[in-house]
Amino acid sequence: MTHAIELRDLHKYFGQNQVLKGIDMTVDPGQVVCVIGPSGSGKSTLLRCVNLLEEPTRGKVFVEGVEVTDPDVDIDAVRRRIGMVFQQFNLFPHMTALENVMIAQRRVLKRGKKESEVVARENLAKVGVGAKCDALPGQLSGGQQQRVAIARALAMNPDLMLFDEPTSALDPELVGDVLTVMRKLAEEGMTMLVVTHEMGFAREVADRVVFMDGGVVVEDGVPAQVIGDPRHERTRAFLHRVLHPEG
Amino acid sequence: MADQPKTAEPGRARLSPRKKQQVTRGVQYVVLALALVAVVLYADWGSLAENFAKIDVAKEALPDLFTVALRNTIIYTVGGFLFAFVFGLLLALMRLSQVLPYRWIAVVYIEIFRGLPALLIFLMITFLPLALPGFQVPGGTYGQGILGLGLVGAAYQAEVFRAGLQAVPKGQTEAARSLGMSATRAQVTVVIPQAIRMVIPPTTNQFVSLLKDSSLVLFLGVSGEYVELAKFGNDLASQFANATPIMVAGITYLIVTIPLGYLASRLEGRKGRTR
Repeated sequence: MTHAIELRDLHKYFGQNQVLKGIDMTVDPGQVVCVIGPSGSGKSTLLRCVNLLEEPTRGKVFVEGVEVTDPDVDIDAVRRRIGMVFQQFNLFPHMTALENVMIAQRRVLKRGKKESEVVARENLAKVGVGAKCDALPGQLSGGQQQRVAIARALAMNPDLMLFDEPTSALDPELVGDVLTVMRKLAEEGMTMLVVTHEMGFAREVADRVVFMDGGVVVEDGVPAQVIGDPRHERTRAFLHRVLHPEG
Repeated sequence: MADQPKTAEPGRARLSPRKKQQVTRGVQYVVLALALVAVVLYADWGSLAENFAKIDVAKEALPDLFTVALRNTIIYTVGGFLFAFVFGLLLALMRLSQVLPYRWIAVVYIEIFRGLPALLIFLMITFLPLALPGFQVPGGTYGQGILGLGLVGAAYQAEVFRAGLQAVPKGQTEAARSLGMSATRAQVTVVIPQAIRMVIPPTTNQFVSLLKDSSLVLFLGVSGEYVELAKFGNDLASQFANATPIMVAGITYLIVTIPLGYLASRLEGRKGRTR
């Protein structure tokens, strides 16, 4: 079986600063993999290497068997199959929610206006913001914006989805709405790679949890093991800090 | 601190800060009053009115003031502005290009055309046919005026656009690219529209600048149906040996520039709310 995502010996430097120090990892179709770890551990960089928003310094990235780090590959075509959700939502502020979800369908997939709108409305309804089609991003709450961003990615019918700390910029009471949508996606069998600090979500939804620290994968396994019974001292220390923030 | 501020000591003869402020303000009013008295006493009001506000002469300016002069000023300005807008956007994109020579060309152009007096550019345009035999600026006199304003305006507008393009967060491009848009598509669909929205207020100010600079068309040696406000006022002033037409032209400029200035600051105020 071809892996949905495969990373081989991935290294990334920012100048002198080595952020990724040889990552090997796979995500299989239909799997939900959560990447956890302290800030600065390289989790977001790893995620951004998958669709080449960051160019790896060394190593290879395969998406559905295609090497995306190959200079000859059509990266735009690869990205079409990978949905991405950002911490800061990154909705287009000059377009309504509906237009945000339609624009890439129209310009990238060359879908007709009618079809794009139908798909957009479906997806906005699916993530629970169907009533906000005509709102500009600035008129929406963070939770609503993030759900529009998820709808925007889903409207492209991606094979897999990347989530880069999707709830970290949200007010606490809005986190649940976004996690509910993500949980629904997982149940539908979407392949998901999720960088997150939400341990409850990772424990309940993920098929695998990857703990990163200092640019390496420290621990990789089922949630019950990595979160429930971590083998490594670093994982234990991190989880303790996250689960008991006041010591 | 150990000891109290000295001004708080009651026995001192120095003025308190509030007293001092009152005295300063009083002095300012006295100076103003003296200046007004001097103007009223020494200005020759009759002569001033005769030379700068002579109604008969002002009447001579109508209706050509609006139907010819203002109309031409607007043609030169709008034409130059459109030229500057398109060329300026191109320069800004070159300025931010990954291709080094494009950056150089844009920087050199911007520095030269912002560094030179606009008047010099206009003077050079009049010599173009000499430098390039057989060359004619398309559009004749209008074309020359528009070219001069456009070349100068583009250099300033390029810097306005550059600031706007750089103010669009990087996440916008990333979101567009992650949806499969090409770099060009992302610029056109996502970045440039936002940049243009952001630069509307400074661009309005640029328009006002160009409107004023359109007076330099005077130096192209235009005549007849091509004259704009400054040339029009100047010609009439010479004809009547009276400065009233220049005043009239000046007021006509203000009728356009002041509302535009207010518009720019209102747009500036609204910008904060849209993002």
